[in-house]
Amino acid sequence: MAAEFVIEGLKATIEGKEILKGINLQMKGGEIHAVMGPNGTGKSTLASALMGHPKYVVTEGTALLEGEDLLEMAVDERARAGLFLGMQYPSEISGVTNSDFLRSAINSRREEGSEISLIRFIRQMEAKMKELDMNPEFLHRYLNEGFSGGEKKRNEILQMMMLDPKIVILDEIDSGLDIDALKIVADGVNSMRSPERGFLVITHYQRLLNYIKPDYVHVMMQGRIVKSGGPELAQKLEAEGYEWIKEELGIEDETVGQEA
Amino acid sequence: MTTQTILPVDAQQLGAQSQSSGEPGWLKDSRLKALELAAGLDLPKLEKTRIDRWNINNYGEYKPSQALAALQDAPASIAGLIEGQEEGSLIIQRNSGAVYARLAPELAAQGVIFTDLQTAVREHGDLVQRYLHKAVLPEEHSIAALHAALWNGGVFLYVPKNVVIETPLQAVLLTDDAEAAFVPHILIVADTNSSLTYVDNYVSDKTEAGLHNGAVEVFVGAGATVRYATVHQLGQDTTDVTYRRAVVENDGTIEWIIGEMNYGDTASDTKSVLKGNGSSSDAKVIAVGSGSQKLSYTTQAQHFGRNTPSDMITRAVMRDSATSIINGITKIEKGATRADGQQTEKVLMLSPKARGDANPILLIDEDDVTAGHAASVGQVNYEQVYYLMSRGLSRHDAETLIIYGFLAPVVSQIPLEGLRNQLQSLVERKLGQ
Repeated sequence: MAAEFVIEGLKATIEGKEILKGINLQMKGGEIHAVMGPNGTGKSTLASALMGHPKYVVTEGTALLEGEDLLEMAVDERARAGLFLGMQYPSEISGVTNSDFLRSAINSRREEGSEISLIRFIRQMEAKMKELDMNPEFLHRYLNEGFSGGEKKRNEILQMMMLDPKIVILDEIDSGLDIDALKIVADGVNSMRSPERGFLVITHYQRLLNYIKPDYVHVMMQGRIVKSGGPELAQKLEAEGYEWIKEELGIEDETVGQEA
Repeated sequence: MTTQTILPVDAQQLGAQSQSSGEPGWLKDSRLKALELAAGLDLPKLEKTRIDRWNINNYGEYKPSQALAALQDAPASIAGLIEGQEEGSLIIQRNSGAVYARLAPELAAQGVIFTDLQTAVREHGDLVQRYLHKAVLPEEHSIAALHAALWNGGVFLYVPKNVVIETPLQAVLLTDDAEAAFVPHILIVADTNSSLTYVDNYVSDKTEAGLHNGAVEVFVGAGATVRYATVHQLGQDTTDVTYRRAVVENDGTIEWIIGEMNYGDTASDTKSVLKGNGSSSDAKVIAVGSGSQKLSYTTQAQHFGRNTPSDMITRAVMRDSATSIINGITKIEKGATRADGQQTEKVLMLSPKARGDANPILLIDEDDVTAGHAASVGQVNYEQVYYLMSRGLSRHDAETLIIYGFLAPVVSQIPLEGLRNQLQSLVERKLGQ
C-alpha cells in the first residue's frame, strides 16, 4: 500500500516558545516534497517534532501515517511505523560500532527468532556502502565518531537504505557536502524512490533540488507553510530569493521564536 | 578517631588452630603478631567512604573443607566456571580451605609450583616465607593485619626462571557457608624472565551476611611478565575488601585486568610498585554497581625505577542507588626519571540516585617525567538515546548499547577471549535486572 502521510494543525514549542504554528501537509507514496525557507523559520523543528525529539513539545495537531497518529507514539515506535529522519547533526556514540548499531536497528523491526543473519546483513551493508562510495572500514568504526561532516551524512543515507522506511525526512542533508558528495547522496536517495515511499526534503538551498527533483515545494516562514507550488517554485526562489514572498504576504521578519 | 578493632578470634584459639593445621612455627608467630597488631590499628582510610559503617565483622570461624573426590563433584554454583578444566591447572577454594588443586604435569615438569597456600607453607616453606606479607603489609591497617592473622586456603604460584606459560592458570574461590571464614591469600612469584597468566573468580552462594577479606601479592622478577585477571561476583550479603599489590623488578611487567561485578559493598585497592628500572604496569578495571551498593575502587602506581610507564583505566557504570568512589593515584618518587604515569577514570550513571565520584591524583617528586589524567562522571546522553531510538531501537536497547559502548574500549582490550565473554555476560546480568 502506498504510504499516505498527513500532517494537520501541527503546533510545537521549545522551552515554552511556540515554533510551529499550525503545519498542514499531505503527501503520498512516490512523492517528493521539498520544504524550503530561510534560516530560523521552523524547518528543522518540523523534522524534529515529527520524529519526537525530547526538547520539542507538540501542543496541537496530528501526523497520520497510514491512518496512525505518529505523535501519539514514542520515538522508536514512530521509526518502526516507517518514519525515518536523516539528521542534520547525527550523534556520535563511542564504543558502539556502526554495524552493531544498524543490525540492532534492523532486528528491532523483526520478530524475536527471525533476526537478520550476520552474513546476510554484512553483505547488504557492504553493497550499500559501495553505492555510497563509503570505505568498508566504516562498518567497524564507532558510530559517527570522528566522521567528517560528509561522512556523517552518507552514514545517514546508508541507514535510510538499510531500514527501508515509508516516509523519509531529510533535514539539511546537503549542508556541509561538496558537490561530489552531494551527487552521491542524491543518487542514494533517488535509488530509493518508489511508489511506496514518500520524501520530505528540508533545505534552504535550491542546489540539492537539482539532483533530487521534488514534485511539490513548500516555503516556510514564521512557523507556517506560507506558500506551496510545483518544482517551478524552487526555480523562482533560486532566481529571485525569498523577498518577493515576504512582500506578497506582508511579512517583515520571517523568523520564528528568535529573540530580537 | 580510633575505632576499637573487634577481634574475631583470640590469640590462644589462633595459635592452637595454626598448630593443629600443622603450620610451621614462623607462620604461627606471624599470625599471632598480626592479631596483636590488628588490635591496635585503625581501619583503612578510604576517600569519602565510611567503611566503619559497613558490615565488616562477619569473619566466621575457620572450618576445614572437605576435598573434592573429582572435579565433577564441585558445587553447582561454580560448575560453569570450571567446565572443561579437567586437564587444566586449577585450584578451588571453598570457604576456609582448598578442595581441589591440579597442576598440569608439563608445567610441574618445568618446576612450576601451583598449589593452595596452606599446602605450600608446608612443602615450600622457605620460598613462601620470603614473600608472604611483604607486599601487603600487616602494619598498613587493621583489615590487612586481620588478613595476615586469619588467612586460609589461598593460592601459591611460583614460575621458575625463563619458564614461559601460555595457558592461563586458574582459581575459583567460593564462599557458601556463612559460618566459615573466607580469607584467601593469593601469592604469585614470577622468577626472572618468566611469563604467566593467572585468572581467578570470586563467587558466593549464600544469603547470610559474610565477609571476604582478601589479599593478593604478586612479585614480578626482572624481565618477567605477569598478567593477573580477576573477576569478583560475590552476592549482595558479602562485603568484599581486597588489597592487591605487585612489586615489579627491572624490565618486569604487571598487567591487571579486574572485573568488579559484586552485588555487595566493595572496597578494592590495586597497586603496582614499579621498583625496577624499565618496569611497567597496566591496569584495566571495569565495574558495575547496582542496588544500594557502596563501592570504593582505587588503582595506584608508584614509580621508583627510571623509565617506568604505568597506565590505569577504570570505567564504571552505576545504576539504581549505587554509590562509587573511584580513586586513581599516580605517585612518582624522586629519582624515577622518565617515568610516565597515565590514568583515566570514567563513571556513567544510569539513575538520578546513582552516584559516582572520580578522583585522579598525581603526586610527583621528580621533574623529568610525563604524567596525565582524565576523569569524567556523567549520565547517559539523551541526544544519543534519541538518535538510536529514531532508528527503531527501544529505549532499553538504546541505553544498553550506549552502556556497553561505554565499557567497550576497555573490554575489547582484554586479551583473553573467554574472560572477555564472561565479563560481557556478567555486565549483561547486572544491567539486565
